[in-house]
Amino acid sequence: MKDLIFEVTSNKKIAKNTYEMVLLGDCTDIKCGQFVNIKLDGFYLRRPISVCDVEGDSLTLIYKVVGGGTEAMAQMGAGVKLLVLTGLGNGYDTSKSGDKPLLVGGGAGVPPMYKLCRELVAQGKSPSVILGFNSRDEVFYENEFKELGAKVIVATADGSYGVKGFVTDAFDLVDYTYFYTCGPEPMLKAVYNKSVTSGQFSFEERMGCGFGACMGCSCKTKYGNKRICKDGPVLEKEEIIW
Amino acid sequence: MVSLKTRLCGIELDNPLIPASGTFGFGYEFAEIYDINMLGSFSFKGTTKDPRFGNPTPRIAECERGMINSVGLQNPGVDKVIENELPKLKKCFFKPVMANVSGFSVEEYVYTVERLDKEEQIGWFEVNVSCPNVHGGGMSFGTSPEAASSVVRAVKAVTRKPVIVKLSPNVTDIVAIAKACEEAGADGISLINTLLGMKIDLKSRKPVVANKMGGFSGPAIKPVAIRMVYQVYEAVKIPIVGGGGISTAEDVIEMMLAGASAVEIGAANLVDPMACPKIIEDLPRVMEKYGIKNLEDIIGGAH
Repeated sequence: MKDLIFEVTSNKKIAKNTYEMVLLGDCTDIKCGQFVNIKLDGFYLRRPISVCDVEGDSLTLIYKVVGGGTEAMAQMGAGVKLLVLTGLGNGYDTSKSGDKPLLVGGGAGVPPMYKLCRELVAQGKSPSVILGFNSRDEVFYENEFKELGAKVIVATADGSYGVKGFVTDAFDLVDYTYFYTCGPEPMLKAVYNKSVTSGQFSFEERMGCGFGACMGCSCKTKYGNKRICKDGPVLEKEEIIW
Repeated sequence: MVSLKTRLCGIELDNPLIPASGTFGFGYEFAEIYDINMLGSFSFKGTTKDPRFGNPTPRIAECERGMINSVGLQNPGVDKVIENELPKLKKCFFKPVMANVSGFSVEEYVYTVERLDKEEQIGWFEVNVSCPNVHGGGMSFGTSPEAASSVVRAVKAVTRKPVIVKLSPNVTDIVAIAKACEEAGADGISLINTLLGMKIDLKSRKPVVANKMGGFSGPAIKPVAIRMVYQVYEAVKIPIVGGGGISTAEDVIEMMLAGASAVEIGAANLVDPMACPKIIEDLPRVMEKYGIKNLEDIIGGAH
């Protein structure tokens, strides 16, 4: 964990209510599947945002505008300096993926799949990606995933783009050895029930500190209580109580 | 050269800063980013007789200049604290630590304090009387002078370590409760715990935290804390640990002027894990600015 100053280099809208922010700073501590916690002027608690990508000193975050804090972020231009707590959470374990990992992201759960996909490709694996959105105007990063060399399927709940239905409706179109998923809890639960292999789930919860001190985001697992921010956000299928 | 030293119930502190229970775990998360031995001490995670998961999530809500939490005393229970947490703590913190204990009956407080009393690392007990009394219709021990003093008397009978009572501000007369605790033998008073608060989400039209209500903390509650410490200082002779929204070196000085011998830092640790080292580093500058040589000299200076 490090608390560091980052500078916004770009911040643009990439889909409905969805923004991509690129920041420059010391990224040495940041791993795939982790999150950062951002201090914003005028807001008491920090904003935890999943890491979409890291390359050198460049950190990419994709966030959805859901309230005052993310609304303020959406207004930020290049040059804005932010205090960012980095290196938070356990991240994904790519060693368990097998040759054909499946990556399943829904809405604001899509971003952490990007760096994961890039790392899996770099390890010589052939990932398939299922991206789920409510509607066509919310779709993002389909081409970015394709450019990494992944097989990409997009599902929209209203059928306005790609496969009509939920991410689980696209499961039968792919062959996989293991899976990784991030998204809203009902989607995670559907993936839990539909999946035929083991896998890793990235959870979201309202957090106080983001680094394990306040116990605000605890959950029960088969192996005892865990803090989503510190012992998670990634939990293995076998430990989840559903 | 200025002196940050202070004393709390006969134990010298290098400085008055004590991270408040529930915002500092058992210290390890912070020990990853700074040497926690620079602190005066810290009050560890509220410990109960039995393990507790606490309340359902969401347990956190952001507010203007503060936050609501309804964690609900999640802790592994006193036996696991002794078995797992204290040995780990021994490796990164070499000063006396404050043991924060809670209970839902007088017997539970006694059980927990008796178990922890043998642990050499513990310098003080901080007895949290904000929990509901299951034998008293669910009313918090801290809301009646009689219930609070019954806990103090019972706990004092099983330990020779200083017993500091952490009071709830959610009462009509904080002074009456502080005096009752002093008369029952308390060695110090710690205040304030969180203020009972609520936040409602406009979209869902429901309270944000699952437990509906929770403890409100952060800079917004500081004036209430300063006022209560000031009032209690006038009424008791035992030392006071003052806390509630303290986030800066100026706040620490203000709290000591109100009457605190030591100062707890709570929510500030959660939004800035380096809050305490920053305050300690800043204190000499602010002391010089206000002509303070020895921090200890200003305790109760506003009276």
